[in-house]
Amino acid sequence: MTTVRMSVNGKEASGDIEDRTLLVRFIRENLRLTGTHVGCDTSQCGACVIHVNGKAVKSCTILAVQANGADIVTIEGLAQDGNLHPVQAAFRENHGLQCGFCTPGMIMAAVDMIERHGAKLDEGTIRSELEGNLCRCTGYHNIVKAIKAAAHEMAGAA
Amino acid sequence: MSNQGIGASVLRKEDKRFISGRGHYTDDFSVPGMAWAAFVRSPHAHAKIVSIDTTAAASMPGVIKILTGADWAADKLGGMPCGFVPDADRQNAPPRPALVADKVRFVGDLVAMVIAATSDQAEDAAEEVIVDYEVLTANADPARASTAPLLHDEAPENLVKDWHLGDRDATDAALAGAAHVVELDIINNRKAPNAIEPRASLGIFDPVREAYTLYTTSQNPHITRLLLAAFVMGIPETKVRIVSPDVGGGFGSKIPFYPEEALVAWAARKAAVPVKWAARRTESFLSDTHGRDHVTHVKLGLDADGKFLALKVDTIANLGAYLSTFGMLSATYLYATLLSGQYVIPSISCRVKGVLTNTCPIDAERGAGRPEAAFVVERIVETAARDLGIDGIDLRRRNFIKPAQFPYQTPVALQYDIGDYEAILDDAMKAADVSGFAARKADSEKRGMMRGLGFSAYIEACGLAPSNVAGAIGAGIGLFESAEMRFDPTGSVSVYTGSHAQGQGHETTFAQIVSDKLGVALDNIEIIHGDTDRVQWGHGTYGSRSLAVGGSAIAVCCERAIEMGKKVAAHLMEASEGDIKFADGKFTVSGTDKAKTLAEVVMASFIPHNFPHSEMDPGLDQRSYYDPKNFTFPAGCHICELEVDPTTGNVDIVAWTAVDDFGNIVNPMIVDGQIHGGVVHGVGQALLEEAIYDEHGHMVTASYNDYAMPRADLMPDIKLGFTNTPCPHNPLGVKGCGEAGAIAAPAAVINALTDAIGVRSIDMPATPAKVWAALREGAPAQAAE
Repeated sequence: MTTVRMSVNGKEASGDIEDRTLLVRFIRENLRLTGTHVGCDTSQCGACVIHVNGKAVKSCTILAVQANGADIVTIEGLAQDGNLHPVQAAFRENHGLQCGFCTPGMIMAAVDMIERHGAKLDEGTIRSELEGNLCRCTGYHNIVKAIKAAAHEMAGAA
Repeated sequence: MSNQGIGASVLRKEDKRFISGRGHYTDDFSVPGMAWAAFVRSPHAHAKIVSIDTTAAASMPGVIKILTGADWAADKLGGMPCGFVPDADRQNAPPRPALVADKVRFVGDLVAMVIAATSDQAEDAAEEVIVDYEVLTANADPARASTAPLLHDEAPENLVKDWHLGDRDATDAALAGAAHVVELDIINNRKAPNAIEPRASLGIFDPVREAYTLYTTSQNPHITRLLLAAFVMGIPETKVRIVSPDVGGGFGSKIPFYPEEALVAWAARKAAVPVKWAARRTESFLSDTHGRDHVTHVKLGLDADGKFLALKVDTIANLGAYLSTFGMLSATYLYATLLSGQYVIPSISCRVKGVLTNTCPIDAERGAGRPEAAFVVERIVETAARDLGIDGIDLRRRNFIKPAQFPYQTPVALQYDIGDYEAILDDAMKAADVSGFAARKADSEKRGMMRGLGFSAYIEACGLAPSNVAGAIGAGIGLFESAEMRFDPTGSVSVYTGSHAQGQGHETTFAQIVSDKLGVALDNIEIIHGDTDRVQWGHGTYGSRSLAVGGSAIAVCCERAIEMGKKVAAHLMEASEGDIKFADGKFTVSGTDKAKTLAEVVMASFIPHNFPHSEMDPGLDQRSYYDPKNFTFPAGCHICELEVDPTTGNVDIVAWTAVDDFGNIVNPMIVDGQIHGGVVHGVGQALLEEAIYDEHGHMVTASYNDYAMPRADLMPDIKLGFTNTPCPHNPLGVKGCGEAGAIAAPAAVINALTDAIGVRSIDMPATPAKVWAALREGAPAQAAE
């Protein structure tokens, strides 16, 4: 067993875990933050994307011990002071989700994508950068639309 | 209120929790003292179990209990029931055990169950269960099933049923006399449904009440309760509560009642702790019911003028190793009854041999039989046009059922209620700029690319189903839907529906119906579903049935509540009941300015100080059961335009047009989303997806590294249009839209692809390798007789 400590959504979190514990399992089982999902076991689906030190990471690809001391943001920590993040709002406004299972990972990946590309984020880039996130409901069209709308909105606000 | 009612693109109520990570999916639930289950699955497709040694596993850290097929048999529990065998003929219907004791029949079959304190411990111990197998020869190919080693003694030649629909003699005679007969061999590829939420179950046993609670990923919790209580446990349904909270996609794969669900509930009793299991994705690939897997030969007879005379279809349908909950339904009545397509075809004959192979069981998958039918019809129609040198559009127009012919009785049991197929085709052609295609093709050729255009004029039967029809064809259930409406004193409304969304947005659309009918604000309406202790009864959500059947039940509740409210309003306003009108949320007295809001009437009914109790009860609560009079018949025309790179065989879809007739539309935004998703499902089948078994029955595509899923770069945005004819026989005039895209798309893609590369046929999925090979070999010409 190893003790890990990290900041999760602005709060200190710690736990005694087996060394082999994946970060996603620590978040879901130990911290009971169940918004981060697990949809596969080959790091393909992207339902588990969170932010580790400001970067989008599939939390099933790293061990919790590797995130020791890191600054973690999950879908539960994205809204600030009760206000939805523009990407969250855009997903709802553009019907970018149906069953909602892939949505947390999609949103976390999209936030990172917009932060890297800014206002010049175009449809082709969005479609290509979403290669690590699977959705079976939406056919992706409204997800792409939502990310474009959010990029536009965030550029205007900046 | 009109901006919240029927026809408004209201943003979804359920999204607030999904976008903030506060959804409640089955695997999100944990209870104190909970243990985890891991399954020992067969690594062989066909083998006798010689022995199972659990000694080493039992001594592993954290292990609480290990259960095998012998334990299941000792408890005298039932097998996994099959709710549908065609025409209720169970002669060759083999049983399915929950845990296998004697012989495994597919890779993934369940051999033992390990319960341990953590999921890692359960998986570690499952690795240490030693099973000695005597391996038998396996077969995964439906075409070879009749001569393959027997899977079950109950099904000689591995045949469940040699089934037929239509008039065989009339069809043969019409084909014999036809000026042209066009033939085609078709393989409809096996798909894995791939809801992104893997299946999961959490079983809790209350030893005092001797009652079970099962959280599980189900599209139809009441059916699961019925099958678990009555068929497996042999206990009253009052002792079983099924909770299916938020469900992360289904596409048919969460209809069946699975062995893991029964086992998790049973294990909670045996191990005396709550037990949770969450599938790994590879378990999903191996054990979530697959879809399609047909091998078909089709013949279309035409007269000298290109009028269809007869259609003869011969299909071998793979059912997998066992009959799933709805067994042969998708391969028989949901398939053969749609073979008339949008056309007048005087004689149709369809034979389906349902066979068993050493593969995962097959059941409904988005469209369930109807995609297979649409693919047969639209491929043979297009092929006939090309073989005979007739324009494909023209051939379709010559044979469409005309608006004046409705209601139209097909030769394969269905009576289509309404439609206007030529209007749909016209609108689709305009939207797709078909007249500009030749110029676009010439431009592609200049760039060394091959461009193709493909049509798919599909029809489907939705709104499953009139209960008398379900009974007549061999289903073990009725297919009505229920609704219960409860009013609170202040006028807020709770609606309990037997439908159960897995992404369809019922909490919004169903609330829109209530808002539209009763004038109640959306925020004051709650839709409750997915819990057998809260909802009265329900058949669940599949077959694009929820709005047409479940929504209609809600509409009936609204009408009845208004009628009851009129009695209360008449009493309150001292008027005759016949003079009370209801509109815009208000009861008024004709010819006066007297008015009471619905909320005032509800409140008054809850404070019955001066109430004629002999005439009415307090409150306006309602319950209704809607049994549809007929199926609904959504139809449409999808047009695919694609470009092929002849140097690589890569297919690039450059444009997609979908014009559909879904009847009245409640929430256009949600309907658009359903088409997007359905089309991509169908394009995935046509170009990417296949659940492949090798010659030993091993599944070689059991992870996302190996199974090609549609990703965001698969295709461009879809151009949508609607040419709606409201359904004449349900109170909302709605038809259903969830499966349309998956039904329409495969034929549109393959018609476009064969057009582009100039071959007669190519099998799905048309991967770059297949396209590249087809371009080099050409396709063997199969000329019309």
